[in-house]
Amino acid sequence: MSNADKALSGVGGYLDDRFRAARPVRSFLKKIFPDHWSFLLGEIALYTFIILLLTGTFLSLFFKPSMTQIVYHGSYTKLNGVRMSEAYASTLGISFDVRGGLLMRQVHHWAAILFLAAIMAHMLRIFFTGAFRKPREINWIIGITLLSLGIIEGFVGYSLPDDLLSGTGLRILEGVLLSIPIIGTYVTFFIFGGQFPGQDIVPRMYVVHILLIPALILALVAAHLFFMFHQKHTQFSGKGHTDRNVVGSPMYPYFMAKTGAWFFFVFAATAGLSTFAQINPIWLFGPYNPAAISAGSQPDFYMGWLEGALRMMPAWQITAWGHTLSLSVFIPALLVFGALMTGLTLYPFLEQWVTGDKREHHVLDRPRNAPTRTAIGVGGVTFYGVLWLLGGNDLIARFFDIQLYWTNWFGRVIIIVGPIIAYFITKRVCLGLQRKDRELLEHGVETGIVLMRPQGEFVEVTRPVSEDSRAVLTTRNEVPQLTAAQTTDENGVPSPAGHGVMGRLRTRLNHVFAEEIPLSDGHGGNGHGGNGHPELPVGADDKRSEPSG
Amino acid sequence: MTDQDDHFDGPRGDRASRKRTGIARRRVIGTPSPATRHLLGDDGAGDRPSAVTKPRELPADLPNPERAKRVERVVALCFTISVLASLAFVASYVIFPIHSIDKVLKSNLGLGLSMTVALLALGVGATIWVRHLMPQVELTEARKPLASPEQDRAAFRETFTEGAEASQFVKRPLVRRTLLAASVALGIAPLVLLRDLGPLPRKQLDYTAWKKGTRLVVFGSNNPITPAEFSTPGGIITVIPEGTAGDLEALAKAAVLIIKFRPEELLPPTVLNWTVDGIVAYSKICTHVGCPAALYEHTTHHILCPCHQSTFDAQRGAKVIFGPAPRALPQLPITIDAAGYLVAQSDFHEPVGPSFWELG
Repeated sequence: MSNADKALSGVGGYLDDRFRAARPVRSFLKKIFPDHWSFLLGEIALYTFIILLLTGTFLSLFFKPSMTQIVYHGSYTKLNGVRMSEAYASTLGISFDVRGGLLMRQVHHWAAILFLAAIMAHMLRIFFTGAFRKPREINWIIGITLLSLGIIEGFVGYSLPDDLLSGTGLRILEGVLLSIPIIGTYVTFFIFGGQFPGQDIVPRMYVVHILLIPALILALVAAHLFFMFHQKHTQFSGKGHTDRNVVGSPMYPYFMAKTGAWFFFVFAATAGLSTFAQINPIWLFGPYNPAAISAGSQPDFYMGWLEGALRMMPAWQITAWGHTLSLSVFIPALLVFGALMTGLTLYPFLEQWVTGDKREHHVLDRPRNAPTRTAIGVGGVTFYGVLWLLGGNDLIARFFDIQLYWTNWFGRVIIIVGPIIAYFITKRVCLGLQRKDRELLEHGVETGIVLMRPQGEFVEVTRPVSEDSRAVLTTRNEVPQLTAAQTTDENGVPSPAGHGVMGRLRTRLNHVFAEEIPLSDGHGGNGHGGNGHPELPVGADDKRSEPSG
Repeated sequence: MTDQDDHFDGPRGDRASRKRTGIARRRVIGTPSPATRHLLGDDGAGDRPSAVTKPRELPADLPNPERAKRVERVVALCFTISVLASLAFVASYVIFPIHSIDKVLKSNLGLGLSMTVALLALGVGATIWVRHLMPQVELTEARKPLASPEQDRAAFRETFTEGAEASQFVKRPLVRRTLLAASVALGIAPLVLLRDLGPLPRKQLDYTAWKKGTRLVVFGSNNPITPAEFSTPGGIITVIPEGTAGDLEALAKAAVLIIKFRPEELLPPTVLNWTVDGIVAYSKICTHVGCPAALYEHTTHHILCPCHQSTFDAQRGAKVIFGPAPRALPQLPITIDAAGYLVAQSDFHEPVGPSFWELG
């Protein structure tokens, strides 16, 4: 009996006697995971979250969430004798009087930034490959919720040290809350425990930051992973990849080893950044004082788009019947946030409504093969990108020596026009790429070899695309035409649903979504010499310009 | 999808075998290979491992043992480096002192570098291990449709309906409705507990710490100021009400900018009666979202808020000339007291800071 066998019958036997676990655990170990670099983005989010829990626990051992004003006498002599809150003083203490404290603070902050960046990148991957389609709509909504929670959690954490920057962020929060119609003033007084800044906001945010939101995130992450696990991971198209299988390597030992290595890489990257790239040096900002500010104040990157929205919004305000509606704050800060998150949440259902596609999808789309979705996505990214860029308009104006006001006017125009232009360009690019794919299929891959025929004619040598590439190129998810059942009732009479404004809209959008370049242009060429090009056999050395699986 | 489809997935191509060496057979996981199924006379549902000649699903060894030996040493080297770096982390913790900015930055470098190397070496070692020491495989696992078979759904419906009927929940609306009412009431009741989170706003946002006769003191030094001490046109300073230096709530509304003009430079809608000798006082709290509007451009007399770039014309009653702020910065009426110091004539005549619903 080998050592492994002994351990199995020992520990394994002990556990199995109690849990009858051999069968489920075996199937867990044999679970297949497909490989693709883009599948690692979500893992970055998961692992930075673990880093956040570890470093956050350490920081909470030293941080004092108190707004009681004290006079500082500590290691950072430049602030000796300065009045500040205990929160700020204890953050100075973590930085200067706890060994490794500064490192842990910086790891925590960098991990938070990577966490949100990874969530966003992961979300874009999911969107552009259509991984949100049935049966994964619920996991998509969980993901959007996690993104929203992550942004709030990040903002709250950024506000805890009570330095000048974090206090300014809270001041802006106060202004935003005050702009809420009818209940805004009350909400503000209840959250701050009275007038800004009060004595309560830091301890209240602390419990939200270390308990409430992390618990919600943890629960949702668990659900997210469980659903992913239960439904099995999606895969990209390739030879033998279908909606009814998963091709990859098993959980044990391959995926475990790979993902374990990835955890260490992510942690190493975070630690490396925290070693060499200083972040949030709160001792330079000084304690918060509502009468003080520094120019060039910037929030963390994930708040930049809301900052940009606040900056470019025209000064609209309605005063009527003795009340004031502060549109110049309410729209950019709350409506834009709500609109983007609502739009993201609803998108899978809107697409399903337009396409009438109720099938299960497990093979991912190449973005070019879903031109309308890709174009909508790029439009959305453009919208976000313009907002984000305008969040730093003062820095842009200074750096590029542009009039500040021009950046704002540019933003106000481009926020409307940009996404529309991006939509049409992207759609054309996608259709162009589809044409290129068709050409590859029909004419084969250019080898760069030119032959002279005996009669003096020069011809270009091509070779047909390999079987693998053919599988990638020919995998398309056709948008179903709306069937008669969806536009007519059971008697074949056009149903009111297909006839009214919504019905006509749906039919039109369905045509827009269905737009694509057919795989064959009708003259029957299939890449096997139909066009007078001599061909090299499959497997020849030249691999360029072929899509990868 | 039939049961058969779960087990076989059509012929597999040769893609991976061309790309990689040492590739294993590809077969649908969770099913016996066709050969063993035949041998065992199994019904096809056999997920259980069999002691009979069942072929391995994963190869045990690499085709090239010498290369494997070399890779093994590289992986071991990586892991050893990680051990050393972890020891270096402990050493850095002991060696590097802290309690000053320079020392802390050195400590951060020592701890961070050793931690990074320890983690990176582990990641690199594990990656080389999985990519070069484990035989490469590509396996296929069947997906079953996610929806339950119809008979399972029917059985579920039956169970659920039976339970609902047994509970009498459907039959007895009185129980049902009162239970519903009880849950709603129980859910609403705790909401009142949130009432004491904060006081009611009442008119608190309408007033600041400025009162008739309150001296303007310089923010930072807390000294009162006379017009003579502030006589250079273009000058700007932040002032606060005397005695509020430590009161952040007072400062959040009462911070004021005073700007010196030549008296003829001040134009309407500036209220000239509220100025002293060309010195005009505006709220420093931006009417957009409350940041201190602290930047001043001498040549244009523009006050700029650094948060969102709302721009106010100090020469003309601090009216908005650009940006998202909807209202002018309120002007504080000032005069001088018997001792010659600048004092407030009264509080602001309108609320300062961001707009709110009750502003009117």
